[in-house]
Amino acid sequence: MADQAKFSDLAMQYMPSLYTAALRMTRNPSDAEDLVQETYLKAYRAFNSFAEGTNLKAWLYRILTNTYINTYRAKKRRPEESDVDDLENFYLYRRLGGLEGAQAGRSAEDEVLDHFTETEVKEAIEALPEQFRMAVLLGDVEGFSYKEIAEILDVPIGTVMSRLHRGRRALQKRLYEFGRQRGLVPEREGTHG
Amino acid sequence: MDEHCIEAVELLYHYLDGELTDDRRVIIQRHLDDCPPCFEAYDFEAELRIVVRQKCRDHVPETLVMRVAAALREVEQHAE
Repeated sequence: MADQAKFSDLAMQYMPSLYTAALRMTRNPSDAEDLVQETYLKAYRAFNSFAEGTNLKAWLYRILTNTYINTYRAKKRRPEESDVDDLENFYLYRRLGGLEGAQAGRSAEDEVLDHFTETEVKEAIEALPEQFRMAVLLGDVEGFSYKEIAEILDVPIGTVMSRLHRGRRALQKRLYEFGRQRGLVPEREGTHG
Repeated sequence: MDEHCIEAVELLYHYLDGELTDDRRVIIQRHLDDCPPCFEAYDFEAELRIVVRQKCRDHVPETLVMRVAAALREVEQHAE
């Protein structure tokens, strides 16, 4: 059995990011807490198999996502939601009027970003279909590389890229909708979709 | 939009993710230096990423930290 003090020294620092990911996955604080606790217990029991010098954070995320997939997702099985619309790059920026009439300096488009609230950003991520949500969380919120995400989710790098890029565009669409609802961004004819 | 702009739009995420080969990255970098609309668009995407990262944080409940620490101690005691 691994030394608990050593494990705690190394692993406890990642709890804030694991908890954030758990909340976005389960969308429920009580399940998120259980998921984090289970992740730490599993990691501790398997700590002997962790190769020292490799990426502990990625290893913990792998345990977190596997535990989520095997336990929490099975508990509340929802209809298959494996896809999102395929949207173009710069979805949000285009709708804010960028790319056509860009000007130098910090633009009005950039300032719109400051107005999105934490709740809106979190809701936009939670609204993504699960596969895309996980890729966006790992890539954009946690900053893992394509290769690390591929190892955490146990999928090929091509799949990571596809889910991450499509997930980002879907996230932008949701943010655009929030912006429209709050009057932060103009209605632009012919560009919805 | 010329062909370099189209390439820059296509490779947006690979570039921002630091996942382009050196040759490709230099080509895009040169284009961004020469093309203000593409530079602004990339800049917007980079800012959006920062906003998403900063606004997607949650405070860990102190009770959870204590719960996990207690659970780990218990597992260790049972193992002794």
